[in-house]
Amino acid sequence: MAVPQPVETTFLFGRLTWQAFPLHEPIVVATFAVVALGGVAVLAALTWFRLWGYLWREWFTSVDHKKIGIMYMMLGLIMLLRGFADAVMMRLQQAMAFNGSEGYLNAHHYDQIFTAHGVIMIFFVAMPLVTGLMNYVVPLQIGARDVSFPFLNNFSFWMTVGGAVLVMASLFLGEFAQTGWLAYPPLSNIGYSPWVGVDYYIWGLQVAGVGTTLSGINLICTIIKMRAPGMSLMKMPVFTWTSLCTNVLIVASFPVLTAVLALLSLDRYVGTNFFTNDFGGNPMMYVNLIWIWGHPEVYILILPLFGVFSEVTSTFSGKKLFGYTSMVYATVVITVLSYLVWLHHFFTMGSGASVNSFFGITTMIISIPTGAKIFNWLFTMYRGRIRFELPMMWTVAFMLTFTVGGMTGVLLAVPPADFVLHNSLFLVAHFHNVIIGGVLFGLFAGIAYWWPKAFGFKLDPFWGKVSFWCWVVGFWLAFMPLYILGLMGVTRRMRVFDDPSLQIWFIIAGLGAALIAVGIAAMLIQMFVSVMRREKLVDETGDPWDGRTLEWSTSSPPPAYNFAFTPVVHDNDAWWDMKKRGYSRPLSGYRPIHMPKNTGTGVILAGLSTVVGFALIWYIWWLAALGFVALLATAIGHTFNYHRDFHIPVEEVTRTEEARTELLAARS
Amino acid sequence: MSANHDTATAHDRHDAHHAHADGHGHATLKGYLTGFVLSVILTAIPFWLVMTGAIENKQAAAIVVMVFAVVQIVVHMVYFLHMNSSSEGGWSMLAMMFTIILVVIVLTGSLWVMYHLNTNMMPGLHDMSEIP
Repeated sequence: MAVPQPVETTFLFGRLTWQAFPLHEPIVVATFAVVALGGVAVLAALTWFRLWGYLWREWFTSVDHKKIGIMYMMLGLIMLLRGFADAVMMRLQQAMAFNGSEGYLNAHHYDQIFTAHGVIMIFFVAMPLVTGLMNYVVPLQIGARDVSFPFLNNFSFWMTVGGAVLVMASLFLGEFAQTGWLAYPPLSNIGYSPWVGVDYYIWGLQVAGVGTTLSGINLICTIIKMRAPGMSLMKMPVFTWTSLCTNVLIVASFPVLTAVLALLSLDRYVGTNFFTNDFGGNPMMYVNLIWIWGHPEVYILILPLFGVFSEVTSTFSGKKLFGYTSMVYATVVITVLSYLVWLHHFFTMGSGASVNSFFGITTMIISIPTGAKIFNWLFTMYRGRIRFELPMMWTVAFMLTFTVGGMTGVLLAVPPADFVLHNSLFLVAHFHNVIIGGVLFGLFAGIAYWWPKAFGFKLDPFWGKVSFWCWVVGFWLAFMPLYILGLMGVTRRMRVFDDPSLQIWFIIAGLGAALIAVGIAAMLIQMFVSVMRREKLVDETGDPWDGRTLEWSTSSPPPAYNFAFTPVVHDNDAWWDMKKRGYSRPLSGYRPIHMPKNTGTGVILAGLSTVVGFALIWYIWWLAALGFVALLATAIGHTFNYHRDFHIPVEEVTRTEEARTELLAARS
Repeated sequence: MSANHDTATAHDRHDAHHAHADGHGHATLKGYLTGFVLSVILTAIPFWLVMTGAIENKQAAAIVVMVFAVVQIVVHMVYFLHMNSSSEGGWSMLAMMFTIILVVIVLTGSLWVMYHLNTNMMPGLHDMSEIP
């Protein structure tokens, strides 16, 4: 069974044939038509306005952490649309498939959709958005001019794009995995998933995983080595602290994912028996290993947002963060504890009482530092002069929503309760409760908070509030019914239902999803409207929120070199401290600034990796070999590139800084 | 006043800091030779143990060989990778300790979990009363 069955392959195209195009699926064909038309329109527009050269020089090849951060965010938002489309399709199917109706999706298609939804939302929405935010903000917060390894940063970004491209390609060429987002064997083994779906999954994640790991290394190094003089660890902004811990988690856990997926691909490609049912294989080992990565992963997602909430709460309450030290320790404790709870994802697999109790208790313990954080935010707000701007609204919504999600999480951590709730819609509601209520709300708070820093104008508050209310109400409407259904015993990933009394809950959940759709639309409108009205929303000070950390000390958007002079830090909330001491901007004595040079190598390497991944998926061995050799050659070739840096001439620095001086003078 | 008017000063201070306080273990011939000799000894002893069968009990022999391997890892790190408590301002030591903690958690945890899963779930045993 483990041995790959002989497949019809041709030398030139491997197992890629005309049957690979899903022409029999009208929904996919229609989607393809829309995407193709839209894609052609975008490409034509880019060509018409002669933007290719600009994009290539200023963005694609850029090693500037700010531009890479923005590109990560763009990737995350685009993929959010795809992931959300999957979500809407599932809600629609489940609301329809009652009373003998099969709904509108066949099983093969539906199974791909729930798998793709999970994979895309975690790996290609949440991860790029979180990484993008860290990339943009961390160097500014620590007073650095870029990350430690600027070229690596560009390469990491394009590897993430490469993974996303592979996953998206599966929509129109072949199929995606039908295994659920973690591709458990034996279902994901070659015997039960013989075609390309799981291979798309494996190579999409492996290519993107390289990017994630490298960007983790890069940011750790940046935070440890490139802080402004005076910024000791305990003077770092909380967002930088949580980013540090997140990246430590990335570096420590992603290799486990890489290894376990490599073992799975060995099972699929060369007939080993790591996770098969026979010949000594053990599929339970896969579940164990993938959750050793998987649990830290959820903390990778949430920790940076805890940082965002800390920054937002203290800024908009006009107060120093309550309990900075306890916040840092809570973060570190969560970092370590996140490695001690993985088994709670498979209590029901049969470990027995002693193992289950150990992991149940560690899971409950991890809610203590998290609870401490909630109290820290509440005490920061207490007696503060709170300004309910958009970021603060998202933060309050987060506290309410996330606490409920945390409580259902503790409920699931009780092994006997988990035996009832495992794989039910209660679980689905729980993790959407913490991921939407924590990660997404945090990202929206972060986007609203740092948008003026990145672009020089604030986001339009009206459309922001429309989006906010649609999202929050939509979330509750969409997921509270799932809690109820889960308690009634409805399992996840069902395509059709027998019991007609359940239908009403699925219809309510569907309405919630529709409301969220309005929220997403309002968010896009908000961005569009803000760009149109940027003259009115402009921020000339660089410090629109009366901020506390160093990123608000430079202009909005910051110059390529971030800081003309490296700031010197004396206290927590360095910029607040500088303002309090009557800081005045130095107006002379500029020097040329040493900066890294743009390079296209990252795009080429990631492109070749994507080609290799594609070739391996379709068994096009010659292309895989060729791509791999080209990959090595390009990487080695790049080591001979000695023109990696340049100096921004002093005249340009002076010109930029004087323009800012004039702008500031004109205001006062 | 928090900004520094003269970046050069800040940078120079930074560089000076790097040159002195970093405390990279110095690569000396003596260090490498010590490491090499220790490694040879630590390899030779287990080899001798296995070849001559000096320890009757196979399990005990395996454990002794493992212990020598762990000691050898430490020797490599100290003499070849120049690890000590002060290199990189203590960061390498911290990273090392964190790595060891995680590896121990992952290995012992997996062994424990998989032992229980195999005992309970693999074919051949279905007596629920014996579940640990």
